Amino acid sequence: MFFYLIRRILYAIPIALAVGLVCFMLVQIAPGDPINAIVPADAPAEVVEQVRRDYGLDKPLPVQFALWLGRVVQGDLGRSLATGRPVTADLRSAVGNTLMLALVAAFIGFAMGSILGTIAAVFRGSVLDKLAVGLAAAGVSIPHYWLGMVLVVFFSVTLNWLPAMGAGPGGSGAWEWNWANMQFLVLPAVTLSVIPMGIVTRTVRGVVMELLAQDFVTTLRGKGLRRGGIALHVLKNAASSVLAVMGLQLGYLMGGSILVETVFSWPGTGFLLNSAIFQRDLPVLQGTILVLAIFFVVLNLAVDLVQTALDPRIRRA
Amino acid sequence: MNEPLVHVRDLHVRFVSRDATVHAVNGVSFDLAERESLCILGESGSGKSVTLRALMALNPPRRTKLSGTVRVGGHDIIAASERKMADIRGSTVSMIFQEPMTALDPVFTIGRQIAETVMRHEDVSRAAAEARALELLELVQIPSAKRRLAAYPHELSGGLRQRAMIAIALSCRPKLLLADEPTTALDATVQIQILLLLRRLQQEMGMGVIFVTHDLGVAGEIADRVAVMYAGKFIEEGPVRGLMRNPLHPYAQGLLGATVHAGMRGERLTTIPGAPPNLERVPQGCAFAPRCPHMREECLPKVPDSRSPVPGHAARCVLVPDAMSQAA
Amino acid sequence: MTEAAATLEPLPDIGGPAQPLLTVRGLTKHFPLKSGFFGRGAGVVQAVDSLDFEVRKGETLGIVGESGCGKSTTSRLVMALMQPTAGEVVFDGRAVGGRELPLKEYRRQVQMVFQDSYASLNPRLTIEESIAFSPEVHGLARHDARARARDLLAAVGLNPDGFARRYPHELSGGQRQRVNIARALALRPRLVILDEPVSALDKSVEAQVLNLLQDLKAEFGLTYIFISHDLNVVQYMSDRVLVMYLGKVAEVGPVEAIYAAAAHPYTAALLASRPSMDPDLRRTEPPLTGDPPNPINPPAGCRFHTRCGFAEPLCSATVPPLHAAPAGQQAACLMVVPESGHSRAPKVAA
Repeated sequence: MFFYLIRRILYAIPIALAVGLVCFMLVQIAPGDPINAIVPADAPAEVVEQVRRDYGLDKPLPVQFALWLGRVVQGDLGRSLATGRPVTADLRSAVGNTLMLALVAAFIGFAMGSILGTIAAVFRGSVLDKLAVGLAAAGVSIPHYWLGMVLVVFFSVTLNWLPAMGAGPGGSGAWEWNWANMQFLVLPAVTLSVIPMGIVTRTVRGVVMELLAQDFVTTLRGKGLRRGGIALHVLKNAASSVLAVMGLQLGYLMGGSILVETVFSWPGTGFLLNSAIFQRDLPVLQGTILVLAIFFVVLNLAVDLVQTALDPRIRRA
Repeated sequence: MNEPLVHVRDLHVRFVSRDATVHAVNGVSFDLAERESLCILGESGSGKSVTLRALMALNPPRRTKLSGTVRVGGHDIIAASERKMADIRGSTVSMIFQEPMTALDPVFTIGRQIAETVMRHEDVSRAAAEARALELLELVQIPSAKRRLAAYPHELSGGLRQRAMIAIALSCRPKLLLADEPTTALDATVQIQILLLLRRLQQEMGMGVIFVTHDLGVAGEIADRVAVMYAGKFIEEGPVRGLMRNPLHPYAQGLLGATVHAGMRGERLTTIPGAPPNLERVPQGCAFAPRCPHMREECLPKVPDSRSPVPGHAARCVLVPDAMSQAA
Repeated sequence: MTEAAATLEPLPDIGGPAQPLLTVRGLTKHFPLKSGFFGRGAGVVQAVDSLDFEVRKGETLGIVGESGCGKSTTSRLVMALMQPTAGEVVFDGRAVGGRELPLKEYRRQVQMVFQDSYASLNPRLTIEESIAFSPEVHGLARHDARARARDLLAAVGLNPDGFARRYPHELSGGQRQRVNIARALALRPRLVILDEPVSALDKSVEAQVLNLLQDLKAEFGLTYIFISHDLNVVQYMSDRVLVMYLGKVAEVGPVEAIYAAAAHPYTAALLASRPSMDPDLRRTEPPLTGDPPNPINPPAGCRFHTRCGFAEPLCSATVPPLHAAPAGQQAACLMVVPESGHSRAPKVAA
């Protein structure tokens, strides 16, 4: 198991490097000379040359990549072109906000999905099953920015129960776990949870249904186990494939909330990305994508390891 | 106690779905004494497995309609609630299956799967249950039993898996063991080992055993009595010697004739023409009549009564002389 | 050649009756096991290891053995469905895949029937289309191929008017297996490999199919390789029997000799493992203990020595060669080889 762990971590390194390379190349591929984003268009040639040397842009690409990578490893992602603040500082608070939103949305989506999926599988073909399948289909097919706006209209504008936007009274920096702050989380988290809810419902329903038809469930009934005992077995069998889907969904939640964060003005990575795109703020864009991608890699690694621990049939050599 | 271990009267099992109703078992009656072994012999679709599962209400709950009388160890199986059944299953009656690979939970160790059965039915600690699991693995002759407790099903060979399955079934010393084709999926040299093990355990533990098989050889090796099943009915029942040497019913005769024995080289095999009836309708009269070489008019209007030319051996066929009716 | 392809008549006998139809020499198939990223070989599955046997014209060679013995791998190697690691297959005197006998022509002459009658048929083709498919691929005109399919359906006992236009799911297991047999015969092959053809069938249907196979063999002048785990069925069908254990030949020879006087202890144990049909002859001790070992890294020397009641230290060191046994068969056991050093080996008279 230990060697398996080491090997899996070693596997992740080339993937992380490749991710870094893609992020680095973003700047190179973006139309125009990156220098034009830094210096004013009418700057004299010698100033341009000076800046080019300062930024190391006169060196060959591989060298530039190595230098960039060296800085990234030390936590230096450069400075924002728009604000001049270090990208790392902006990112830290944005990632924290997004992570909080993603985790709460994932909790809601995964819990709802697991319950709905299990009910649907156990009562296969019944009204409850049809209801769960319908909810799942709605979850994955309703565009969530639209759902977000509908929720805002209903709960904020009409009922005036919940705030429509922002991250709380203290802004993005000062979060506390009290209702004054948490009420800001409710609408975006619910909005964001419907897709994972739908997908997890479908997955759990399929996996549990397949498991309930397996011979070993008959054996468990034949041993005299009650529903609870059988559920434990089915749960452990279902865990590895359901977790794989959940891990992927959590990854999407981290990166895929641009629209929702924009709708609710939630100061997370999506919001940051959105503004960076419109302001052509390449260092911010680069840094955010890199962090999200690395997060995805780590998440996949974690899912893999948990799966291996749960299912003895996966070889742990 | 005068009541037999198993008492079945006029058992009917139907599977109801939106498209069709399948009449899988159509009036089965038999008794099994304690320590007796019965083999139910039949081809696919004859209702033999369904009958077996009905003895512990293990057919799919929502689609299955049961009627008749089924008593096992004094318990009324048809009237029992699911909760009551869960107490009976695994303690009074337990079952082993054809394919031990799929019948065991792949993500739990063998030891855990045995111990949880013990803990479900007996008020013992986990340590005591695990100690019992080890004893059980030794009872079913699994080599290096201690190490195998921590093994997962996929880490064992087919024969060891089936032994582990038997250990689970025997973990609470049931009075009745049901076995659904327990050796069909095994290699020849392993099959005989498992059969002999089951025979020995039955004698040592004093269990009643009901085997379901399509293999006459298995019946010859292990059964006291044999019942031949066709289209959801016992068409013949008798002691193993009498039935294997002198089958009464034309279907049983055909089945024995069609089975390749040692030393039949050069002979032409007897066959049974046609196919079993579709059980979406209850067959009228003798279900075998359309394939029977001796069919007469009297076979068609009603199901022939069971006739018994010698004590303990009976068949549902109009050709069979009924010597016992005067006695009865 | 061209004419033969157009009408698809059976190909002529080349070497005469004395030449074996199929000769297998040193046939070996090893599957290396990989273990991931840094994986060096974690072992080798020696599915089939230097196999030698022949199939004579007009005979049925039965192949028996337990799981992992390599009988299915052997059939796929003979069918040229996979590349052997070593060894060659010679068909009627010509090396398979060589210039004299290209694979396409060979495949016309050798056909196979599998255990799973349903998986072997294309569910979207009618029975008639399934049978006519290969002849059409091999150049027979569509009309002629369809006519041949209907003839074959009649030959396997299915009324063409009733069955030609049906789909596989509308048939019973026995009927589907008849269709598979008809399809195997559509190219007029000379050798048919039957891989557990009746194992999935009920006993009464099994008898029908076995009778049919015997009839077709006579009618079409076929040669069979009959693979089964059922020793009674193999005895009933075969002229000669090949007993395999962990990828090697344990014993091969005439069916009477092997069933009456098995020379290899494995064959004897296998035969003694058959359940008796007679309740008065019940066994008390199993002939063998344990399961067949895993073919990954099999035991050295005689592969059976780990389960053999007669094993001596010598057996784990020496690979026994196939040697003539008294009853007329050949067995790979040191107890058969004179002066092999085994205490039960025959002594050469001084």
